[in-house]
Amino acid sequence: MSGDNKFLGLFYLSPFIIGLLVFTALPFMASLYLSFTNYNLMNEPVFTGLQNYIRLFTNDRTFRKSLWVTLIYVFTTVPLKLVFALFMAVILNYKLKFINVFRTAYYVPSILGGSIAIAVLWRYIFADVGLVNMGLQLIGFEPVNWFGDPTNALFTITLLRLWQFGSAMVIFLAALQSIDKTLYEAASIDGAGKWTSFVYITLPLITPVIFFNLIMQMVQAFQEFNGPYIITQGGPLKSTYLLPIYIYDEAFKRFDMGYASAIAWVLFIIIMALTLIAFWSSRHWVYYAGDKRS
Amino acid sequence: MTDHILSQNSPAARDIDVIRIREMRRYRLNAVLRYALLGGVGLLMLYPLIWLVGASFKTNSEIFSNPGFWPENPTLDGYIKGWKTSTPYSFGTFFLNTLWIVIPKVIGTAISCTAVAYGFARFEFPGKKVLFAALIATLLLPNVVTRIPQYLIFRDLGWLDSYLPLWVPSALAGDAFFVFMLVQFLRAIPRDMEEAARVDGASTIQTLIFIVVPLLMPALISVCLFQFMWTMNDFLGPLIYISSVDKYPISLALKLSIDTTEAFEWNRVLAMSVLSLAPALAVFFLAQKYFIDGISSGGIKG
Repeated sequence: MSGDNKFLGLFYLSPFIIGLLVFTALPFMASLYLSFTNYNLMNEPVFTGLQNYIRLFTNDRTFRKSLWVTLIYVFTTVPLKLVFALFMAVILNYKLKFINVFRTAYYVPSILGGSIAIAVLWRYIFADVGLVNMGLQLIGFEPVNWFGDPTNALFTITLLRLWQFGSAMVIFLAALQSIDKTLYEAASIDGAGKWTSFVYITLPLITPVIFFNLIMQMVQAFQEFNGPYIITQGGPLKSTYLLPIYIYDEAFKRFDMGYASAIAWVLFIIIMALTLIAFWSSRHWVYYAGDKRS
Repeated sequence: MTDHILSQNSPAARDIDVIRIREMRRYRLNAVLRYALLGGVGLLMLYPLIWLVGASFKTNSEIFSNPGFWPENPTLDGYIKGWKTSTPYSFGTFFLNTLWIVIPKVIGTAISCTAVAYGFARFEFPGKKVLFAALIATLLLPNVVTRIPQYLIFRDLGWLDSYLPLWVPSALAGDAFFVFMLVQFLRAIPRDMEEAARVDGASTIQTLIFIVVPLLMPALISVCLFQFMWTMNDFLGPLIYISSVDKYPISLALKLSIDTTEAFEWNRVLAMSVLSLAPALAVFFLAQKYFIDGISSGGIKG
């Protein structure tokens, strides 16, 4: 109200402000500083300039491998997950009975999928004689060596995250349900088929949630830790050694905090750059209702 | 609506009946196809979970030979021995530890995020725009970049191997997602009742507690449920901060169990996995409305 002290709002924000300063802003700056130091927890950090970064890009094959694997993982998992989530949302967006039952069933993996129990389950079902291979043999296929082969091993983690498509699907479904049905009626009177309506009406109208899901899933995928840590332990041949695991190992196993911070900053810059590209490009492909741009 | 207009204007009513029957048929075929696809995908998705439950009652030799759900020689061995664990502590200890991490964290989150969201949504003050921008920035900031210095801060505070590093950031509205979600929700609630209360002499704190919080309840429940789930599932936090086995939550205990007993005692690990998923599943089925609403409105990762 107008009579209120103008600092009253800041009073309510005080937990956030303290947390922001102590647990976000300070660590953010500190990690940038640490990335230019040699720090092993025993001695004080020693400033070494760009040395960590030079070592990363010229003399660290593990980093190159890890970066490559991370990019492959993100660029396969995120598109597959979004396409599958959207496809299932379109199938669900229809006058059917029991829609809610299906929606709930598909959402269950999203709730549980991040847990260690599910990562453990994944290890068992993709084992040489595990459920997946038993199933494949049952329908006449050869069993697959999931964890022995570098490509397959990474794919088991992609499959785990694909299995969690429910949360993205629920967001897509809410967007689909909010589309004005008369648009489709008008289009079909004008002779547009199902596919044409989907491409020219549905897709443009849901670009805001596609954009939202894309950013969220991408930021999350770049930070994948539990899956590879439990299921494949980074192997075989470091084929699932994603950057977050490398950072963890450097920081909390070898206690090389400076070097680990440098890796974290490279990862951070990649995520930021891709997020900024997405934001920047969104002007060209994201449609906001009521927006005057055409 | 189109049908209605047609039946008034069209000269040949029979043609319309034919069209309608054809449409009904198409609808039915379409529905059958969709059900088949939905059911197939649903079964494929849920079968690993169903199998997990069955497998936890199987003998160790059967786990890797029987793809079916039903155990041939059902046994409670996995549960009995798994509960004892290979440590001096039972799985019950790890369950209690988990609750002891989760409950204070959820309470702290609920209180701090409500206060902060109220501040953002209902007050004007200097620096508000900058602070809101900071909130959005924290929302997008990957944790990986702040994790190492956070660890050093907690080490200097002497909080390692305690639950404080897991509780305190959340009690300071550290989960920007929830604040953002509550701000969005609050902005959509009309202020009339709050203003009336203020005119009648209520303080802002009284207004917050007696007027805003009840209105905010659905969103607040979503926040609590999501924080509950995420904390139950959290692995990296405890992995970094908790080192004594007697303080382990279930996520670390499960990891420990696959490291120590996996070579031969699969049914123990699977049985404890089932138990560790049970609370999350139960809460989800009791309150699924709040999950789905929360995720569709606020847009929550998962």
